[in-house]
This record gives sequence, structure tokens and C-alpha cells, in this order.
Amino acid sequence: MITVYVPCDASAVSLGADEVARAIQAEADRSKTEIKIIRNGSRGLFWLEPMVEVATPQGRIAYGPIGEDDVAGLFAAGFLQGGAHALRRGNPEEIPYLKNQERLTFARCGVIDPLSIEDYIAHGGYQGLTNALKMQLADIVAAVTESGLRGRGGAGFPTGIKWKTVLATPADQKYIVCNADEGDSGTFADRMLMEGDPFLLIEGMTIAGLAVGATKGYVYIRSEYPISFAQMQRAIEVANAKGYLGDNVRGSGKAFQLELRLGAGAYICGEETSLLDSLEGKRGMVRAKPPLPAISGLFGKPTVINNVLSLAAVPTILDKGAAFYKDYGMGRSRGTMPLQLAGNIKRGGLVEKGFGLTLRQVIEEFGGGTASGRPIRAVQVGGPLGAYFPASLLDTPIDYEAMAAQKGMLGHGGIVVFDDSVDMAQQARFAFEFCATESCGKCTPCRIGSTRGVEVIDRIVAGEERDRNFIVLDDLCETLLDGSLCALGGLTPFPVQSALKHFPEDFHRAPRKTARAAE
Amino acid sequence: MSVRDWDAETGRGIVRALKHLEGALLPILHAIQDEFGYVDEAAVPIIADELSLSRAEVHGVMSFYHDFRKHAPGQHIVKICRAEACQSVGGRDSEAHAKDRLNTDFHETSADGRYTLEPVYCLGNCACGPSAMIDGKLYGRVTPRRLNQLVDALEGRR
Repeated sequence: MITVYVPCDASAVSLGADEVARAIQAEADRSKTEIKIIRNGSRGLFWLEPMVEVATPQGRIAYGPIGEDDVAGLFAAGFLQGGAHALRRGNPEEIPYLKNQERLTFARCGVIDPLSIEDYIAHGGYQGLTNALKMQLADIVAAVTESGLRGRGGAGFPTGIKWKTVLATPADQKYIVCNADEGDSGTFADRMLMEGDPFLLIEGMTIAGLAVGATKGYVYIRSEYPISFAQMQRAIEVANAKGYLGDNVRGSGKAFQLELRLGAGAYICGEETSLLDSLEGKRGMVRAKPPLPAISGLFGKPTVINNVLSLAAVPTILDKGAAFYKDYGMGRSRGTMPLQLAGNIKRGGLVEKGFGLTLRQVIEEFGGGTASGRPIRAVQVGGPLGAYFPASLLDTPIDYEAMAAQKGMLGHGGIVVFDDSVDMAQQARFAFEFCATESCGKCTPCRIGSTRGVEVIDRIVAGEERDRNFIVLDDLCETLLDGSLCALGGLTPFPVQSALKHFPEDFHRAPRKTARAAE
Repeated sequence: MSVRDWDAETGRGIVRALKHLEGALLPILHAIQDEFGYVDEAAVPIIADELSLSRAEVHGVMSFYHDFRKHAPGQHIVKICRAEACQSVGGRDSEAHAKDRLNTDFHETSADGRYTLEPVYCLGNCACGPSAMIDGKLYGRVTPRRLNQLVDALEGRR
């Protein structure tokens, strides 16, 4: 029996992985060869997806990108024994892109069978929970604090501080909520993790529940991720059946129930208070803070709300120790960051490294430059609310503070590359348009300002009283920055102002009409 | 995509099966849309009644979220990603081509009832754009040419 791995990851599937898996099974049946296909996660080397791996006596051998039509040829080349083929990539872990990473959170993703709890445990899974079960609650929280882990969703708030507040707030019910509403363009790490290593998130949430005395957890997954939802659902069923979730976790006498909830296409629900309202069955409106969710969160109860990657970092910290995790990174950004290389990039994918490498290193050394082969002109870091960096600023280190110093943010770690065909006035306009579409409507700067922003940029582009409209635009941006309730309105000026600052020529071209205005 | 006529008895059954959940409204709206393809206006008073909410509250929640449809969609639902990572690899061309080829606009259904076109802001496939989702299945590198192939395949299956 030969084991063949074909990813079930949504990106691999979007490029034909399901069809490839079917073709491999059909070809094996035809040649009466016994094989076992495991639908693993993706290793995050997306230019090689669908990347098929075969377990040979010499270790795993990868082939990619494989199309349905390549399958007969692979069999003819003896790929089940690791045979030579034009698409043979050798040992996947020796591919420099993967070899040069520091994978802690994503160490198992793409390696194991995501739905096999035995496979998860065999690869070091549940060590963190085992350790946590022997510790005092305050010591678990202290370990997370000492590790320096900061919220990987975007805001970078110290995770341990949140947990400490929830632990210290007495209540009859507390909650752990996982924010899996990964709406930022250019990001897919949460998705990859839920599809490729779902037990890691379950373990992280279980540890969080244990640490703060919460018996119930929710994972709020965006509806754009149907494969993640299904995969998490199955993993939760397995964990319940094996006693890793439920009324008596691992025989500890402690309960932790986990439930999934599906979002409904609202970007704003990635904002933590809006997500809580949505979970309560309401419109996803942003709440004013205080009170902090840690004190009055879901249904008014103390709630730990963390991003997928923050919670998924916790098992490593409890397994290997706070010092081990803290050893990675630079300055006040400790540990590793799963960066996501996206857009117009030759080798797009997931790069997990300690903080501190530069944008250029990620984009050039890992990514290999643009997919189009044209020069890089702009790089948007941190999703739709992140700043556009010009090529001249690519030596900025990837670190929360260094990004902030450039009036940008690391956010959830998305890096979207644009070549020189990009029109930055259009990108600035889109930032406002997106804000207008996704605003929850609670505060005026965001609700009204976003639409006014689209109009002002249209006037500038059309050549109407440019100098005066630039003043209006500046004023509008200041209003959004200072007057918005949450990050959507408050950060929409980042992409706009960075486009204005670094690419002014795009706003001074011969008058023209924007796409929408021309209709 | 399954679409069927609204039927109050089935609708109320769905609501009753889920109303015990904490914050049950979103799961209920999703379940109704999964069953009927949209959330009929007639569902609103039933949900309100079962959850002891006002009709305005249910309507308010339903209209807040992009996912919930008030009308039956076309036979196929095509979602095109409009977000930045897809823009950087020609997403705007794919967007324009989709409108042209499917003969409809965003948030609308083609006159022959075949296609509903919806914008989506990120499908999490950002290293393999432009991305599209057709009847719930994700596709990567959807250039205008690839979109034609995918639509041709749907036409063939008619």
C-alpha cells in the first residue's frame, strides 16, 4: 500500500486538486495498484499546487503543479516509487522556500492527515494541553504573557494581557471566541491552518478555556471558507469522540465545548466587537469600548477573543516553553509570523519566519519578484486597511513597530504585490469604496466619509479643482483617522494617504474618468 | 444551487430546530437560505414570532449581511473577487468580462434566469488569483479565457 498525498486545501482545490485525486485513484484502480490517498493540507507553496506527494522508502517526494492530464504520465514515470518526471520536486522539505522558513505554527500543515488525531499527536500535538493540565491557571496565562505573543489578527495586542483580565473577572460563564473571519485581501493563513491542521486550533482554544475558566468556545468562520468550515466541523467531532473536547477533557474533570458559527459576508465582523454582536445573532455593529470584551464580551460575559493564528501559537508555547517562542523575532515583536505572499508574485504562498526580515527579503528571496516579470511598483501590507509601500521602502523590517513608523501596519501579515501597471489613484479610490461597502454604519466618519472619499478622488482624477480637492481629501482622512469608532474607518486613510505620499504622479495625470464615473 | 418555492411549514420547522442555539438568528437565516436558495419575506414574521423578536429586528439583521438574498437567485451563482490581491493580477478585467459574458451586473440575475452575479471581497485564494466561486466551488487563476471555459461547461450541462 502506497500513500499518496493530495491537498484538500481550498487553493489547491481551486486549481484542480479534487480532479487530480480522482484521476490518481482511477489510474491506480486501472493498474490494480493499491494506494491510499490522504487529503493533507497545503505546505503553502502555491505556485506548485496542486502538489502531490508520495511516501517512498526514501521519504516523501513531491510533484507539482499537477493537472488532471499529468496523472497518466506520472504513473508511467513510476511516481509511486519516486520516479523521475519533469514535475518532480524531490523532498518537499528541501525546497529552499520551505527549508528557509521557521515553521512553528505551520510545522504540521501539509505534513499530516488533518483529520487524524493520532497523526496530530504523533507529530507533537496535544503536548501543550498535557502540560497545561498540570499547571496552575495563572501560570498558563503567565507563560502566554512571557512568550511575548501579540494578537496576530492585526491589532498586535498582547494575548496574555487579555487572558489575564478574563481570568481575573469572576463570572458564572466565560467564553473563548476564535476570530476566523479572515477578510483581509492577501491573507489566507487562518484558512490554511483550519484546513491543514484543525486540531492545533482546537488545542489552542482548549488551553485558553482551561487557563481562564471558560467552558464554551465559538469559532466564527467566514462563509467564503466552506472547506474550512467543513474541515473544522469534522475535527471537532473527532476531538469530542476521543475525549479531547466535551464535559471531561482528557479526564481532567474540566469541560470545554466547542461550536462553529458561519459568518455571512460582512468584512466588519472581523472587528472583535462586531463579531461578538454577530455571534449574538445581531447586526454586526461595532461596540464602543470600554467595556472591553475581556470584561463584558459575548452575551455580556468575560470573553477571550483571539485570532486563529494567536490561538494556534499557544500549544507551541505551552509545549516548548515561553522562552523558546520568545527567542524568535526582534524588538517587541516576538515569535514567528506567518506571512502571506500574494497578488502579482511569482512564488506566492505562506512564509512563517521570526519577525525582523525585510519586505524585500520576503518578496524577492522567497517570492521571486512579480509573476508578470515587470518591476514591482507598490506593495500593500496588512490587508485593505494597510499602507502601500513603494519599491524604495522595501527594506523596512517586518515588525509591528517598524511598520507603524512608516505609517503602515503589519495587520494579519498579508503582503500583496503590484507591478508597474497599477494605477494608485484607482487603488486609493478602491480603499474608500471598500470602506463604504463594508461600513457597519454606526459612526459618521466611516459611514459618510467613505462615500465622500470616493467622490473627492473622482473629482481629483477628473481634474476638477485639484488643489482644493486635495485639501478636502486631507481633511477627510484626518476626520476618519481621529473620529472613527474602529479600525475600518480609522485605518482606511492608510492606503489612501500612502498612495498620495508615495505615488503623487498618479493623482496628477491628465484628467480622466474613473471606471464608475464613466458608466 | 437548489432553489425552491417558499413553504411556511418547512420554514417554521427549520426555525424550531435551531432556535435553542445561543444567538440563533444567523444559523437560522443560513439554514433557510440553504433550503430555499433565498430568504423569503414571508420567513421574517415566522422567525420573529419564534425568537420573540420584532419583525424590524429580523429584517435589520437580514439586510445587514451581504450573504442573505431576498429573492430567488438564478440557476447558477457566480461570485467574482473584487479585492486587491485579485486586482493586482487582472481581476478588474475578469470582473468586466463576467458582466459581459453573463449578461448581467453585480447583485443582479441575467434576464434568462441563468446567472446571478455577486461581488465578493476576498475568497482567501490570494496567491492564485483572480478568483471566482461558482455554485459554492472555488476557482483560481480565473482569467477571462478561463471564465469562458467554466461558463461553457455550465452551458454544456444544461
